[in-house]
Amino acid sequence: MTDAAGKPAIISMRGLRKSYGVGTPVETEVLHGIDADLAEGEFCALIGPSGSGKSTLLNLIGLLEPPTAGELSVAGQSTTGLNEQALTVLRGRHIGFVFQFHHLLPAFTALENVMMPAIIAHGVATAEDEAVAHDLLARVGLSSHEYKKAGQLSGGQQQRVAIARALSLSPRLILADEPTGNLDTHTADDIFALLREFNRERGSACLIVTHDPRLAARCDRRIELVDGRLAASTSVAEPA
Amino acid sequence: MARPRLPFEFLVALRFLREGRMQTALILLGVTGGVAVIVFLSQLIAQLQSTIIDRVLGSQAHVVVRPLEEVNLRARSDPASTAVIEPRAQRLRSIDQWEAIVKLAEDQPGVVAVSPVVSGPAFALRGRASKSVALLGVEPDRYRRIVKMDTYMVRGKFQVEGTNAIIGTELAKDLGVTVGDKVFLRAAGGRDELLQVTGLFDIGNKDLNRRWVFTTMKLAQSLLDLPGGVSNIDITVTDIFDASEVAARLQAGSGMTVDSWMTTNSQLLAALRNQSVSNNLIRSFVIIIVALGISSVLVVSVVQKQKEIGILRAMGTSSNRIMGVFLLQGALVGFVGALSGVGLAWALLQIFSTIYRTGDGAPIFEPQLDTGIALSAAGIALAVGVLAALIPARRAAKMDPVQAIRA
Repeated sequence: MTDAAGKPAIISMRGLRKSYGVGTPVETEVLHGIDADLAEGEFCALIGPSGSGKSTLLNLIGLLEPPTAGELSVAGQSTTGLNEQALTVLRGRHIGFVFQFHHLLPAFTALENVMMPAIIAHGVATAEDEAVAHDLLARVGLSSHEYKKAGQLSGGQQQRVAIARALSLSPRLILADEPTGNLDTHTADDIFALLREFNRERGSACLIVTHDPRLAARCDRRIELVDGRLAASTSVAEPA
Repeated sequence: MARPRLPFEFLVALRFLREGRMQTALILLGVTGGVAVIVFLSQLIAQLQSTIIDRVLGSQAHVVVRPLEEVNLRARSDPASTAVIEPRAQRLRSIDQWEAIVKLAEDQPGVVAVSPVVSGPAFALRGRASKSVALLGVEPDRYRRIVKMDTYMVRGKFQVEGTNAIIGTELAKDLGVTVGDKVFLRAAGGRDELLQVTGLFDIGNKDLNRRWVFTTMKLAQSLLDLPGGVSNIDITVTDIFDASEVAARLQAGSGMTVDSWMTTNSQLLAALRNQSVSNNLIRSFVIIIVALGISSVLVVSVVQKQKEIGILRAMGTSSNRIMGVFLLQGALVGFVGALSGVGLAWALLQIFSTIYRTGDGAPIFEPQLDTGIALSAAGIALAVGVLAALIPARRAAKMDPVQAIRA
């Protein structure tokens, strides 16, 4: 699958639906058939009003929840019928997460948090994993904070660590759920710039859920969800 | 190098435990106390029981062969007549074919020593003092393997020949004799002999110290009018709790009356068994309480760590590995608690061995830790830790990552 520009798709969605409370009287469909692709290396904003299903879509793409119907492919592999174990492997290998509330592991230092995806993937931290983590923390400007626990860092610093962590296994796709949601404008700009930088440098595709039209405007493309339907997919002519 | 060297499950389990400092400390304390109680009680009871058994068997053969009781046999019953049958008086008799029975006993598996004994009632006389005693004619080399007489000797050696005799300290006191003095011995049948005291013993039982008089078998046989005969055969077995089995086999093989210490001391044995049962009951309850403690702490920990579990899942941790993390926490708590519990039990044993003492001031038990007891308690703690963690671990594994992250 390729997009208009001819790049292969990292994510491909066909008729993706998601309902909650299936089989109960309160069954609600949140996503009503989404057809969209995300190309390798694409930097895309996912926008829409609250309750439009952005986070749900992100969770489906992140393989954290299964769709009720429709077809989802990640890195060219169809996820239909995969068991939990296979989904976990696929998620660990290709997807990095940046959450709104950073979600660092409080029991671990910044360095250990960045190494964690590698420790999970490799069973134990290797010297190379550590070198990568040092390098990533240096890139996000936190070399001097490597041995601090998450609670000892400011909100912006924590989000930088979270970005470094999402990048630790060089995933082909980074999913960011309002990564700047609870940061001040200045810090938000920094974090956004960092994501953009890594996207350009490493070619990791980014799908960023954001409420901030300023930031959305600086993405390659905007996907807009309204009431669980795709309202628009706009390419931005001049990415920031 | 600052990277953690532990495998993922260990790393996360240890950090989670360290993070929940207070909970971990409390549950470790619980496991430590539980293991210490189990080890200490088991050790104490095992030692006290073996001390009691040692004391009981210190002056007793494990198995004794005696002649059959004499009974009246009626030639034929005549329905026209009635008869008054009195039980026969049991006279002192020899065991029929005792050499063959000694041989038979020696060939039994599990038999360590066999000693024929000639024993019967007598009076020890000196001046105007007259004491009723039990005359024991023995071969010292055989008998010292039944009752450890060498360790009880106060003066002289446990050896007899000619008209030598070895008597207890109490009898010596009663008669006012000591080694080198002479004692006149008159058997119940009227035969007598002047004996020379060559040794004094103290078995730790005043009654026996007052009653036992050892001589050669030959002298006892002639005094008790049992020429060439023996009145009983004493036997020592390897495992004291096999004694009744050995006795049953010997009884079947010899046709004689054979008793083990277990039948002669059946009340003591029943008491010891009851003690073991209550010990097991206490142990079971302690194990259940410890398991509930570990389980409840981990259940709380799963709820507290919900978000972390969700993040780990999002980063590619399978639900099985999440389960492993929590099982490992149970195992670690069990393992560390077992180590400290065994240590605490050891300390308790040191303390109590100085508190519990016999009448003569000797400790009732040795403050030693049996490796078997310690290892089994540690094994139980480890297993209980893992089993107790099973429910919380499954709960953690089943957690929906999306819900967990949102929590």
